[in-house]
Amino acid sequence: MELLRFATAGSVDDGKSTLIGRLLYDSKAIFEDQLEAVERVSIQRGNDYTDLALLTDGLRAEREQGITIDVAYRYFATPARKFIIADTPGHVQYTRNMVTGNSTADLTMVLVDARMGIVEQTRRHAFLASLLRVPHLLVCINKMDLVNYDQEVFDRICAEFTAFASRLDVADLTFIPISALKGDNVVTRSTNMDWYQGTSLLHHLETVYIASDRNLIDPRMPVQWVVRPHAAEYHDYRGYAGRIDGGVFRPGDEVLILPSGLTTTIAGIDTFEGPVEEAFAPMSVTMRLADNIDISRGDMICRPHNKPVVGQDLEAMVCWMTDKPLKVGDFMMLKHTTRWVKAVVRDLHYRLDVNTLHRDEGATTLTLNEVGRVALRVTQPLFYDPYRRNRQTGSFILADEGSNITAGAGMLLRPN
Amino acid sequence: METSQSGAVQGQYQLSHLRAIEAQSIHIIREVAAEFERPVLLFSGGKDSVIMLRLAQKAFAPGRIPFPVMHIDTGHNFPEVLEFRDRMVADLGATLVVASVQESIDAGRSTEETGTDPSRNRLQTRTLLDAITDQKFDAVFGGARRDEEKARAKERVYSFRDEFGQWDPKNQRPELWSLYNGRHHGGEHIRVFPISDWTELDVWQYIGEENLDLPTIYYSHQREVFVRDGMLISTGPYVHPRAGEEVFEETVRYRTVGDMTCTGAVESTASTVEEIIIEVAASRLTERGATRADDRVSEAAMEDRKREGYF
Repeated sequence: MELLRFATAGSVDDGKSTLIGRLLYDSKAIFEDQLEAVERVSIQRGNDYTDLALLTDGLRAEREQGITIDVAYRYFATPARKFIIADTPGHVQYTRNMVTGNSTADLTMVLVDARMGIVEQTRRHAFLASLLRVPHLLVCINKMDLVNYDQEVFDRICAEFTAFASRLDVADLTFIPISALKGDNVVTRSTNMDWYQGTSLLHHLETVYIASDRNLIDPRMPVQWVVRPHAAEYHDYRGYAGRIDGGVFRPGDEVLILPSGLTTTIAGIDTFEGPVEEAFAPMSVTMRLADNIDISRGDMICRPHNKPVVGQDLEAMVCWMTDKPLKVGDFMMLKHTTRWVKAVVRDLHYRLDVNTLHRDEGATTLTLNEVGRVALRVTQPLFYDPYRRNRQTGSFILADEGSNITAGAGMLLRPN
Repeated sequence: METSQSGAVQGQYQLSHLRAIEAQSIHIIREVAAEFERPVLLFSGGKDSVIMLRLAQKAFAPGRIPFPVMHIDTGHNFPEVLEFRDRMVADLGATLVVASVQESIDAGRSTEETGTDPSRNRLQTRTLLDAITDQKFDAVFGGARRDEEKARAKERVYSFRDEFGQWDPKNQRPELWSLYNGRHHGGEHIRVFPISDWTELDVWQYIGEENLDLPTIYYSHQREVFVRDGMLISTGPYVHPRAGEEVFEETVRYRTVGDMTCTGAVESTASTVEEIIIEVAASRLTERGATRADDRVSEAAMEDRKREGYF
């Protein structure tokens, strides 16, 4: 069984909670005690319907205010796949939460109210999915029952969205007309929309092809930990533990170590169960090398003819996540793969309006939830790939030096 | 294509969902070992902590687990679980730290709840926080999962705790990709939950695939029980049936392992992992909803305890 992670964002009105509730309920991922608790609270509040949003709104403040303020993770499985949903609020003030949810997603689900068509929030969700390079974008045109299941409405929204998406970098775009409330095209094909030839939403989630989304081309393993057992039977054992972040490694492969620039070959790839013949993303393994060379945490294992970019001057799209604004000259801590380095903001090229995609080149700060293109310099060279080529070796976080909070998220661009 | 990880390969270069979440958990455990001075792994003997130990073992093999294991001993444990704990730790050659709630009470750090059959559930927090301070632990691994409870569904993999051990749910650090931020000042610490993305069903499937040993109380057995608050509570040295609570023998098993005072059994004839997987897949109650009185106090019972520093 495969794993699919998908992100969804939305507000109370667009039927997102109803849709998620239905997916969870129909796949038996909602339990009776959870449903009873939700029904009880709904009645206490005087609602005349069971508010399935209460299932995901886990914090007291969220329930009191009737809003979702954070990313909630929900789990369900069908015989075909296991699903992890990152469910986030959709309002602009929660851009950072949407960025967080999209950062690990294989697919982003955007909901459109058929009566309203494309609105600002739709464009923002689509933009953030493309910024975070989520490989699959699924647009669900919801509430089709309220527009008489009219194909023209669906076609018009698809055309408008496609025109907008052409300005983005969207690899795979799918549209499905649904009614979350009535169940049309959610789990099974609807009989109310004979004009729609595609699959149901659940079937799409179960079958969308994700195997080629990972980078299997560029071999990368940032070293996390050096395994040196202090035991007689492993006296000379020295292994480099890490997660494969790209490509495929095999015993016998010639590898290059950064930053030393030394080359050697892979003597073996070990796991708890024993040696393996190949290792690929996202496996966690331990590599043994033929030569005894000095390697420590933060080093990168790659191939002599397929190296990452090595550089101290970085260009990146940054989403700012804290109240204290980012400005040129600020120092902060930066974590990339398995290393922390110090960074200084050299330039803010522009701030991007997440609704209109307008670039404000006069901007001097990035404030909470704003996205912009930033130039950084770091104290030691990073070994990275452009984010569009590798989401693991192309991403970083920024932390405030004083408070230690996570202040920003960055996606690396090809250097100038 | 062949690999030695059983069930690892779906198609070419594709991991099964269990091997994908396993790889993610191992990555997290290694990050913590590398970036913190003194991590510790909480071990209760429950199934989630058994999985945590196996993952830690895998992360550093053929080396040993480079941090100690800590049990918060309420003194109200199931004897089967204590026996199991000691055997597991000995087999792994791990270091065991036992922090005792009874000692906290004796030292005047905690006060026993009043009433009949007092629960020590809440008292664990003081004992845990004292142990963290005394031993200068800066990262504490727990086996909590996001599918268990709605407050836990919101918690980060790296969950920051201030100098009082408190969780501030409205002020959590954003957590992106797999870039974890464990930066903290002296006196603060991070709770780390490497199996956040596992579900109860994943746990049982993994126990089956890995052939992991568990305390016997997880499997069907005969036990003297009585009904309290709709749950089957075991008789024993710390729990006494009150007037009107009739004791009877039932065929039961436990879905979670906590204190004898607040953990309920479920009627079950499932005596193998395979039978439990079928039972869990068909269950219409969450494991905590079915079996934990500690979560029934109020809708925000877990959130409130977590704020104070609970697991």
